Amino acid sequence: MLTFSPRAIVADARPAPVGIEIEEIAKSFGATTALQPVSLSIPSGALVALLGPSGSGKTTLLRILGGLEYPTSGRVRFDGVDATGLSVQERRAGFVFQHYALFRHMTVFENIAYGLRARPRRTRPPEAEIARRVAKLLQLIQLPEIGSRYPAQLSGGQRQRVALARALAIEPRMLLLDEPFGALDARVRRELRGGLREIHDQTGLTTIFVTHDQEEAMELADLVVVMSMGRIEQIGTPADIRARPATPFVRDFVMT
Amino acid sequence: MADALVLPAPPAAPASASPVSEPAWMRCTLIAVVLAMLVIFLFAPLVAVFTEALREGWRAAAATLASPDAVSAIRLTLITAAIAVPLNAVFGIASAWAIAKFDFRGKAFLITLIDLPFSVSPVVAGLCFVLLFGSQGLVGSWLIAHGVSIVFAMPGIILATMFVTFPFVARELVPVMIEQGRAEEEAALTLGASGWRIFRTVTLPNIRWALLYGVLLCNARAMGEFGAVAVVSGKIRGETTTMPLMIEMLYNEYLTVAAFTMAALLAALGLVTLTLKSFMEWRYADLLAASHRR
Repeated sequence: MLTFSPRAIVADARPAPVGIEIEEIAKSFGATTALQPVSLSIPSGALVALLGPSGSGKTTLLRILGGLEYPTSGRVRFDGVDATGLSVQERRAGFVFQHYALFRHMTVFENIAYGLRARPRRTRPPEAEIARRVAKLLQLIQLPEIGSRYPAQLSGGQRQRVALARALAIEPRMLLLDEPFGALDARVRRELRGGLREIHDQTGLTTIFVTHDQEEAMELADLVVVMSMGRIEQIGTPADIRARPATPFVRDFVMT
Repeated sequence: MADALVLPAPPAAPASASPVSEPAWMRCTLIAVVLAMLVIFLFAPLVAVFTEALREGWRAAAATLASPDAVSAIRLTLITAAIAVPLNAVFGIASAWAIAKFDFRGKAFLITLIDLPFSVSPVVAGLCFVLLFGSQGLVGSWLIAHGVSIVFAMPGIILATMFVTFPFVARELVPVMIEQGRAEEEAALTLGASGWRIFRTVTLPNIRWALLYGVLLCNARAMGEFGAVAVVSGKIRGETTTMPLMIEMLYNEYLTVAAFTMAALLAALGLVTLTLKSFMEWRYADLLAASHRR
């Protein structure tokens, strides 16, 4: 389907994907503890699932990685460099939100171009270059014709893919997705699962997605992190976790 | 056999068009009641104001409006609105932003505080300003010593107007901003946009209709405010008299035509505001629909 060089889509000068080090990260909101101190090492270029029921702290961990929350304690390192205090903008993490958070008053084209236009003047690409990149991204998500539509005129699956393209447009160092399939019906879910795998393989980005659906995590991810009540229960490949669940919780959660 | 299948004749067509809507007589009565209310409370007074204003012809009406005192009152009213409304728009956006997008201690108290001007009588508000900024007041005596007079001058009128019209913009914006949440701003943040850029390109476009309504309501009230302004202005003819104050003064002096001419102009300014709102709604109907659909 894709007739262009997929490797050139995300970055013209392509850096190696980022490895992420999470050291003793904890987060509490007032009196409630969302995240016990957790540690986790994510190899560069991996497709990782944070799997757990609601309230397990998986979204909080993802938001800390993206810089949308600061941890109460602990450090985050990208490629060995401390990133704990970096602002959201400095992190350049492509983030796909649970309900996509597309800008409803902008066309799909403007949504995808937003990150490029938001750059400081000296690094902002010229208009023709922006148009070229948006067109490429629309091809990548296999929706080349929808640039002039508004988010309200799209189906749920199309919105999700536009949100993905918008996140990729900033040439992110990593891709973070919060329940990317949560708001979709079962058939579209299965379709788009393959789409995410494909985009991950083409871009080579370190990709972390949050899900409460164990089937989704097991089918899609290289590495699954099972979480419960703010703790990491087990880290392993899908086969690993299925064969040797580390705790009764993991066994119950993976079996159902 | 066929006889057995014959169904009973269908009942006569029901009185109302749909099983869930009210019967025709009920709808007619409701519409009639609403129309009667509109005529009695809106159209009749408006018509009365304009006919009374024009009772002695256009020439007399024009002469009233051209008198130096009238010109001064009109100018003062317009200047007051031109200063109070933009400032209140900024304060309204700021407070709505704080309420909708942040969690902090005392948020409920802030919401109550914003409604305060609605629950306090404007006259009381005006008196407070006189106490504070008058020549006997705490701040006032110091300001007057430094050559700044607030009460019985334009600054006092603007302050009083701002106090009374403060809630309009904030109250329009808070529910809209709460409903829209923070997700789009967060998305813009992850795309590398700065705070000001996010406000300009994401927040403002999303609240523009609520903001417009708030500003128009605020403006209508700012031009029409009587109570608070009456207390702080001192009603110096040709200097600190706004249009509503002048209307009252003319009326008390039995200058009925002049009073009604001024009133008609004030009403017309309100109508212009309403027309502007309707025009914008019509002009941008598509955009409005697009931004409301999810």
